[in-house]
Amino acid sequence: MSDPLLSVDELRVRFRSLGALRALVRGVRDPYIDAVCGVSFQLRAGETLGLVGESGSGKSTVARAIMGLTPSQAGSVRFDGRELRGLPTRELRRLRADMAMMFQDPVGSLSPRLTVRALITEPLRIHGRTEVNLDEEADRLLDMVGLTPEFGGRFPHQLSGGQARRVGVARALALNPRLIIADEPTAGLDVSVQGEVLNLLAHLQRKLGLAILIITHNLNVVRHVTDRTAIMYLGRFVEQGATETIFRAPHHPYTAALLSANPEPDPDAAHARVELHGEVPSLMNRPPGCEFHPRCPYARELCAHTPPRVTEAGGEHRYTCHFPLNAHDMAAA
Amino acid sequence: MAGAADPLLDIRDLSLDFASPGGALHALRDIDVTVPRGRIVGVVGESGCGKSTLASTIIRLLAANARIVSGEILFEGEDLAKASEHRMRELRGARMSMIFQDPMTALNPVRAIGEQMIDIQHRLPGSTADKRRRARDMLATVGIPDPDNRLTAYPHQFSGGMRQRICIAMALLVEPALILADEPTTALDATLEVQIVDLLKELQREQGCSILFVSHHLGTVTELCDDVVVMYAGEVVEAGSVREIFHNPGHPYTQALLRCDPGRIREATRQLPTIPGALPDLADLPRGCIFQNRCPQAHDRCAREAPPRHRVAEGHTASCHLLEQTEEAPA
Repeated sequence: MSDPLLSVDELRVRFRSLGALRALVRGVRDPYIDAVCGVSFQLRAGETLGLVGESGSGKSTVARAIMGLTPSQAGSVRFDGRELRGLPTRELRRLRADMAMMFQDPVGSLSPRLTVRALITEPLRIHGRTEVNLDEEADRLLDMVGLTPEFGGRFPHQLSGGQARRVGVARALALNPRLIIADEPTAGLDVSVQGEVLNLLAHLQRKLGLAILIITHNLNVVRHVTDRTAIMYLGRFVEQGATETIFRAPHHPYTAALLSANPEPDPDAAHARVELHGEVPSLMNRPPGCEFHPRCPYARELCAHTPPRVTEAGGEHRYTCHFPLNAHDMAAA
Repeated sequence: MAGAADPLLDIRDLSLDFASPGGALHALRDIDVTVPRGRIVGVVGESGCGKSTLASTIIRLLAANARIVSGEILFEGEDLAKASEHRMRELRGARMSMIFQDPMTALNPVRAIGEQMIDIQHRLPGSTADKRRRARDMLATVGIPDPDNRLTAYPHQFSGGMRQRICIAMALLVEPALILADEPTTALDATLEVQIVDLLKELQREQGCSILFVSHHLGTVTELCDDVVVMYAGEVVEAGSVREIFHNPGHPYTQALLRCDPGRIREATRQLPTIPGALPDLADLPRGCIFQNRCPQAHDRCAREAPPRHRVAEGHTASCHLLEQTEEAPA
């Protein structure tokens, strides 16, 4: 097994929830919320990891913290063996050429006043790659993502959602990165176009040996395009492992609930649904014990006061639950 | 099917244009949709197929540049396409109500939800105290905890799922005959979506109203709806019961749409199916079949003449030349 390209260990991100004065007046001693608490994972070259969770689970924050766009408070982020946290901005900027991010909103993340050509060559200009011919490079990148050179002259508002996504991919590829972080690459796209974008990413991964971190709430997408999956809840990974294992035998009830909340387009499909009560609690007000227990259909007394520890189930499969599901699979493994 | 002879909503040959500087956009063309009493009819299709326009046309919440070119919208026997604005105002919030896509913007942010829930009962008899009580009961029905105190809360004090529950409560408060739901679960997370779909289903069963459910999500439609209408580029290409459409799709577009849904692909794959090509220009429509440029089975006839509606099975029709051997459906 080769060394991981990206290695994240016990990463923590906190946001201030109250100003210093207000916290003092209200007697709040710790005016912070933990958006990401102790997330660890590894990503190798040529591998795809899916980060799944509901709104507010902290998946985008993890991505932004890796890129250094959001400051992190503890833990380590190592890219190709180098620690990124605490690096001076100049060095970090240089390293960032190897890491590209595709932001969530395909049209909104493109400047409306730049042409597509200017947009996809902007990273080259920012990183001072003056030796390349920008026009040729633009055509090469457009070709790579399956757009004709005519698109170079268009503005973002003249693009459809799928085309805008392709431009986002081209822009991410401009500096020949080794890692791509794609934040909801298919949100808002129709199923027929969603496939195109994902096929493109898979094709480029094979060709260029990219490592890809896909952030999404769409489990169907995760099943087909990722090697490993991590499920996030309230800023923590509740389960991670090989995508196949997770889908076949989820150990954490939250994973099982997410999987079963995926309505199948088959009227005769049997629904063995894991029903959840209520909604995701506020980060300001984390439940004691296992943080999932107020919503968990299988919660027992132990869950209410003792937080479960991370359990290794072999083969990089880890989960955080006192009473895992599909336990017979564990015995077999 | 008891409601088939006398449907609640019967749309016939409806066509709608949007005026634009580049000429009229033919956004809806010859739409036929029937919503029987007490049933849930799903309208599916991709962006730009006209499904939301159809819902807005029924309740006549249209942009100023929209024009109904032809056709009838028969609602309880009355043609809404010709109804006056005054008459429409009597119907909205009384006989029909709407649930919008985005619960974050559907409620007035500066008024308490209790007031808004009383306002929507404008057409109903009873004192304000009665209406408040009804609002309270309905909040409890849709599963908002502590409804007595929540009536004075403002929309920003609720989460997205709670707000959509409030929107559903408001739509149901007036005991409408028809609810138009325009992608009510699209903005919600998967586990909430399941809760909302179950809630809608349960309340529909209790109240016996009809629902026209607009969605691009095939899974949600299968789970909730009795009948399905598939739209493409402003036309109805296929219609029938959920079971028929999903097990025996007649139109190549429906087949492609089902093939593309990653939820239906059993084996994990890196190469997902797509529908190559783009939607036709609605201002300058091609001759013949609307789907010809993206259809894998298109032949020369598709470019010449538009396919008539063929009957695939009982209550199941599709517009495609390939179904020629089956009989032509009566208009």
